[in-house]
Amino acid sequence: MPGIRDRVAVVGMGCTRFGELFHWSDQDLMVESCYAALEDAKMDLKEIKAAWLGIQGAETGYSGCKLARALKTDYIPVTRVENYCATGIEAFRNASYAVAAGIYDIALACGVEKLKDTGAAGVTQMGGEGQFGSWVWAPVIAPARFALAATRYFHTYGLTPQEGKRMLAMIAVKNHHNGSLNPRAHFQREITIDQAVNAPMIAWPLGLFDCCGVSDGSAAAIITTPEIAKRIRDDYLLVKGFGVCADGGTFGVIPSDYDYVHIEAIVRSGKMAYEEAGIKNPRKEIDVAEVHDCFTITEAVICEDLGFTQRGRYKQDIEAGTFNIEGEIAVNSDGGLKCFGHPVGATGLRMVFESWLQLRGQAGARQIKNARIGISQNYGGLPGGGISGMVIVGARD
Amino acid sequence: MAGITSYGAYVPLWRLSREAIMKGVRGEKAIRNYDEDSTTMAVAAAIDCLKGQKREAVDAVFFATTTSPYKEKQMSTTIAAACDLRRDITTCDFTSSLRSATSAIKAALDAIKAGSAKEVLVAAADCRIGAPGTEFEQNFGDGAAALLISDKDVVASIDAWHSISNEAHDYWRLDDDTFVRSWEDRFVFNAVYYDIVTQNVTALLKKTNLAPKDFARVIITAPSPRVLSDIPKKLGIDPKAQMQNPLYDIMGNTGAAYGLMLLVAALEEAKAGDKILLNNYGNGSDSLAITVTDKIAKKVEGRRGLKTHLASKKIIDDYRIYLQWRGLLTFEATPTPPGGFISASALYRDRSQIYPLHGRKCKSCNNIHFPPQRVCPTCKAKDQYEDWRLSDRKGTLFTFAADYLCQRREAPRVTAIVDFEGGGRMATIMTDRVLDEIKIGMPLEMSFRKLATQDGFHNYFWKSIPLRG
Repeated sequence: MPGIRDRVAVVGMGCTRFGELFHWSDQDLMVESCYAALEDAKMDLKEIKAAWLGIQGAETGYSGCKLARALKTDYIPVTRVENYCATGIEAFRNASYAVAAGIYDIALACGVEKLKDTGAAGVTQMGGEGQFGSWVWAPVIAPARFALAATRYFHTYGLTPQEGKRMLAMIAVKNHHNGSLNPRAHFQREITIDQAVNAPMIAWPLGLFDCCGVSDGSAAAIITTPEIAKRIRDDYLLVKGFGVCADGGTFGVIPSDYDYVHIEAIVRSGKMAYEEAGIKNPRKEIDVAEVHDCFTITEAVICEDLGFTQRGRYKQDIEAGTFNIEGEIAVNSDGGLKCFGHPVGATGLRMVFESWLQLRGQAGARQIKNARIGISQNYGGLPGGGISGMVIVGARD
Repeated sequence: MAGITSYGAYVPLWRLSREAIMKGVRGEKAIRNYDEDSTTMAVAAAIDCLKGQKREAVDAVFFATTTSPYKEKQMSTTIAAACDLRRDITTCDFTSSLRSATSAIKAALDAIKAGSAKEVLVAAADCRIGAPGTEFEQNFGDGAAALLISDKDVVASIDAWHSISNEAHDYWRLDDDTFVRSWEDRFVFNAVYYDIVTQNVTALLKKTNLAPKDFARVIITAPSPRVLSDIPKKLGIDPKAQMQNPLYDIMGNTGAAYGLMLLVAALEEAKAGDKILLNNYGNGSDSLAITVTDKIAKKVEGRRGLKTHLASKKIIDDYRIYLQWRGLLTFEATPTPPGGFISASALYRDRSQIYPLHGRKCKSCNNIHFPPQRVCPTCKAKDQYEDWRLSDRKGTLFTFAADYLCQRREAPRVTAIVDFEGGGRMATIMTDRVLDEIKIGMPLEMSFRKLATQDGFHNYFWKSIPLRG
């Protein structure tokens, strides 16, 4: 099979500001991101032949109508997709495959989430995950799930809680710095190591600054064939590879030898995407790495899983500045989930939006020099049981 | 002669310092955690009692309490399910009286005598609440005991019995009362209590041709520590040599479970040939004459009973925590609303994983998983498994998290990944823990608890706890 490499192109993207957008509904957010994408591609809505909407939501039953009703699309197929926190990538992947299959010449992928209408400070329990009707699974909030990995990471690599928390704080400080350079980010303030280490506890050992923003937002992309892309603009991007892996494990039924310091679905999705894109040395070849830093520990584990550093070596690399904007491989140059925010369904497309800006030299104060290859990687679920979704895009040769 | 073939007990980990309730008051009382109730404590005592016993041999479960969590729904069925007993057994709840535990023993003995059962498990548990500021609040403790009643290889035979039924309002609760009521104590002690107890004990002595001095131990379930100085005189016994320590200072009066708990305490100290007199009070009185046999030394080894449970404790010196655990002091709603809902059909379908905590062992690769899976997560074999009980297996802590966004009386909620001895791993909530003492690799065990009361259900499940004793 030929795979996806160089078979579809991105010709326009839109992304709202992320944050506590109490004045905007999900309809406002979708209209903003999709119209921005259409304007970017100098395209009219009626040129879109099919659309995919990524929204996780607190419940199911949304359907494609949510997007159709917002945009008033004209009886085209619109499909709602949902795959935990990898929902945004999933919308992008479905639209890409439809174009690559030759069924539609132009497709829209939109991701949106409206988290700030719940009245809760954190994320309320999302439907589906590990909940039996008998409710023997008392809800375990997302920070606690990933805190299990943090506790075990410290233990495995011989870090005291203080050393471990300091390593995590460096991730938060880096991402807050990057967020301060991004006018769309939810959080645009720098923080210090001490602030992060001493922040209120959310789920030991993760404090407030170890947790990503709970935000509203939307992002959208227009996908077409390279032939059509050439007629629209010179600086389109090409999709190089996808990797999506579902892990069958969940609380309790993860095989007993699971180590809690790596996530197999991420390792496998990385291999899958690298192979399709022809990437042999990720640390050298990738310029823009947007990865799923739902919590600081997740960024550390992902960087090891995706081969940006070796197992247990994340601490040395973050201390050396490897993952800074000017470092060897910039990780979360737009502030990541930590500071850009995490409106679940929109996040994957927001990550692709960073590649869209960086690979076209449009990233302003946070521009990475000579950026040619960007990855976007989402992970949803819990360590050892979830979905990893990844896409690699490249600048046109 | 029928009698007791095994015993067990349970005292919650937590003790409320009485000083926390009122300055100048001494001692402590055993208090259940917020996720415990009479049913969960009865399960803990029953499992202690069933150590080394054949669970499949139990023919009946009788549960005695005045604090059943349901008005309409039997809890002996829940206890039987959590203990992984057979389903073709008799279950019955003995409720509404402080005398219910001895009534249950009487029914057990009668069943054995009549031949309708060979082994009966009697579990008694209580967690009564005294109104804040009252003597009851000082006196009441929480706990449970369980006895296995049979006529084979008894460690103590129950030789004689005398009962009196007495209609009086001494202590009571209306069906919607939270706190125990009583009439003036001078009436209760002088006109009712002393009279009934002495009449009853005298009748038992007459029936057995025994004298007060023949008993190595006399157990009295005193409704108040204030009667303890008068009772020995009235019964003609030596308060120092014969009276069973009432454990008021370190445990409190544990209601319907009190008599059986004190009996377990007496049996722990007893030697072959000792005679024990147990008087249990409540809407009348039951008196039992018990003789300890030579099986006592060997047959009941390894039980935690009263001694180990009383020694394993954590002190609460903040009265507000106690009020919160009893639901007498409430906080604003949680910052993160709890998800999930409870479904009766799902509870029924999943009962073997919920109550006895059955996981599955894959016959193809021998790996153990919880919750039960159709397809083995390790070797992918389909439908090749056998049930594997995890509730009585010890484990160690692999990793943990402590969530501060949960409901406040629980904060922080500790999620603990437990690796079981013999295989299997489970994500649990860890309860009865002190945060600073949690360490990867620490030994854990499982404890039957109430996860939540929601949607009209008490939702029971197993949690992990640091190994006790």
